[in-house]
Amino acid sequence: MDNVTARKRIGKVFWAMCLASTGIALIVLAMLLYDSITDGLPWLDLQFLSSFPSRIPARAGIKSALYGSIWMMAFTALISLPLGIGAALYLEEYEKESLLKRIIETNISNLAGVPSIVYGILGLALFVRTLRLERSILSGALTMTLLILPVIIISSQEAIRAVPKSIREASYALGASKWETTRHHVLTNALPGILTGSILALSRALGEAAPLIMIGALTFIAFTPQTPFDPFTVLPIQIFNWISRPQEEFRFLAAAGIIVLLIFLLSMNAVAIIIRNRYEKYSRW
Amino acid sequence: MGRLKDAVIEKILLACALISILTMIGIVATLLFETINFFSEVSIASFLFDTKWTPLFKPAHYGILPLINGTLIITIGAAAVALPLGILTAIFLSEYASPKFRQVAKPVLEILAGVPTVVYGYFALTFITPLLRKAYPETNIFNAASASIVVGILILPMVASLSEDAIRAVPRSIREGAYALGATPFEVSTKVAVPAALSGILASFILALSRAIGETMAVTIAAGMMPRLTLNPLEGVQTMTAYIVQVSLGDTPRGTIGYQSIFAVAMVLFIMTLGMNIASQLIRQKYREAYV
Repeated sequence: MDNVTARKRIGKVFWAMCLASTGIALIVLAMLLYDSITDGLPWLDLQFLSSFPSRIPARAGIKSALYGSIWMMAFTALISLPLGIGAALYLEEYEKESLLKRIIETNISNLAGVPSIVYGILGLALFVRTLRLERSILSGALTMTLLILPVIIISSQEAIRAVPKSIREASYALGASKWETTRHHVLTNALPGILTGSILALSRALGEAAPLIMIGALTFIAFTPQTPFDPFTVLPIQIFNWISRPQEEFRFLAAAGIIVLLIFLLSMNAVAIIIRNRYEKYSRW
Repeated sequence: MGRLKDAVIEKILLACALISILTMIGIVATLLFETINFFSEVSIASFLFDTKWTPLFKPAHYGILPLINGTLIITIGAAAVALPLGILTAIFLSEYASPKFRQVAKPVLEILAGVPTVVYGYFALTFITPLLRKAYPETNIFNAASASIVVGILILPMVASLSEDAIRAVPRSIREGAYALGATPFEVSTKVAVPAALSGILASFILALSRAIGETMAVTIAAGMMPRLTLNPLEGVQTMTAYIVQVSLGDTPRGTIGYQSIFAVAMVLFIMTLGMNIASQLIRQKYREAYV
């Protein structure tokens, strides 16, 4: 066997190893879905969606967690979007290269790497104890806001940066002020990209349990929240609670809860993808 | 009038940007405050060198070593899963895969990265642990091995996609130069593309490991709540994050040493992950090959 054939053979073996590694991700995703769907599907019915948690598995449902998650998503979006977009606009449109900008940007990328449970501890000390918001939806939403703000800011900055300079200059040439240009042209054009990134960030918050356990989201709630000051639970915490119980039936409930959570998550991602595709179709500079 | 409005708006936007600085200050201040209270009762030496961690019952011991041991066992196990698989996936996607294949593989990785960590915990407990127990019957229901595997899967997309970005950033002309000298595709990817992208790949490794250290729900569910100083992956261990969850699930009033202990543990966690994040940024900045 000559040198070239041997080298090509090594190449083929390596190619197969790379392909197999890539395939593992696919296989694991399939197994993960299969595992939860086969365990949970028989338990997933209207009764499960419309009942409160219960000590008797057959009567237990996910209603309070589902409502809690929806409330949590709504308030987190309401607080985090304006703050995140505002910060991104400031960094991209108002602050040119400066020390302050470099400090803020380095700080944001450091914050993005802080474990979520540490945000939970901050939320516990700041919102629950110091501001006395107690274990409410508002405390949870504020904590989640701090957690996902770095991601929203970074993805919004990318969307804003993609708006060409000529658009800004055309607006200035027509006599628009800085804010008019920013609001009507930069923001309008960057909005689809901002929304895509923000929805993905929010879907991360939807799956987070650790920070909310820290601020004391309860695991047994037999009512739906009426105001943002009510106590609450969310889907991942309810699932965690069911997983931690010894009886096997609760494991099946957990799996059914996982299916609900994944459907919720996938529909959010689908919205983000639809926005991204539309945007790519309509905007050609 | 317009000028005034513009100036006011600029200040409002600046305030939004400054929230990130306030958040960082808030985290450090919160952790520091209760950690100082903690160390007024517990000596730093016993915190660092005592080999038992039992702050919630008597006799109380405050040695963080078992928690660090638990965290590191799982992180090393996760690295053993995620680093080789991640780098090979990255090489496949950037060097071998057709655009069509990439179009399928990238969203799969994105979905895998977006699966909530409680779901990974469930998968570990109901799927991986039973498999391990079939192979090694002495395996505990809660064990470090199964937690390592799921945390590895969890950080795999991060390693793969960040490394792929780094490898793709290596310009085509360098690869073509190697092909012109008679190199095979294998030699081009392992001797040219990967070395040229090494700083980005290393940075992605460190970032992923820091994510593994901070992982909470999957390890709490799969590895259990028993702080043990052990190297046996088939036994249960408790990580720093799992301990924090354990305390906050119970009823530990503010001002007690149990309450303060979670801040001290979180401080260690925060310093470790922040240090790794900064290291990852430095590596990317310092050793980046600039191609013109």
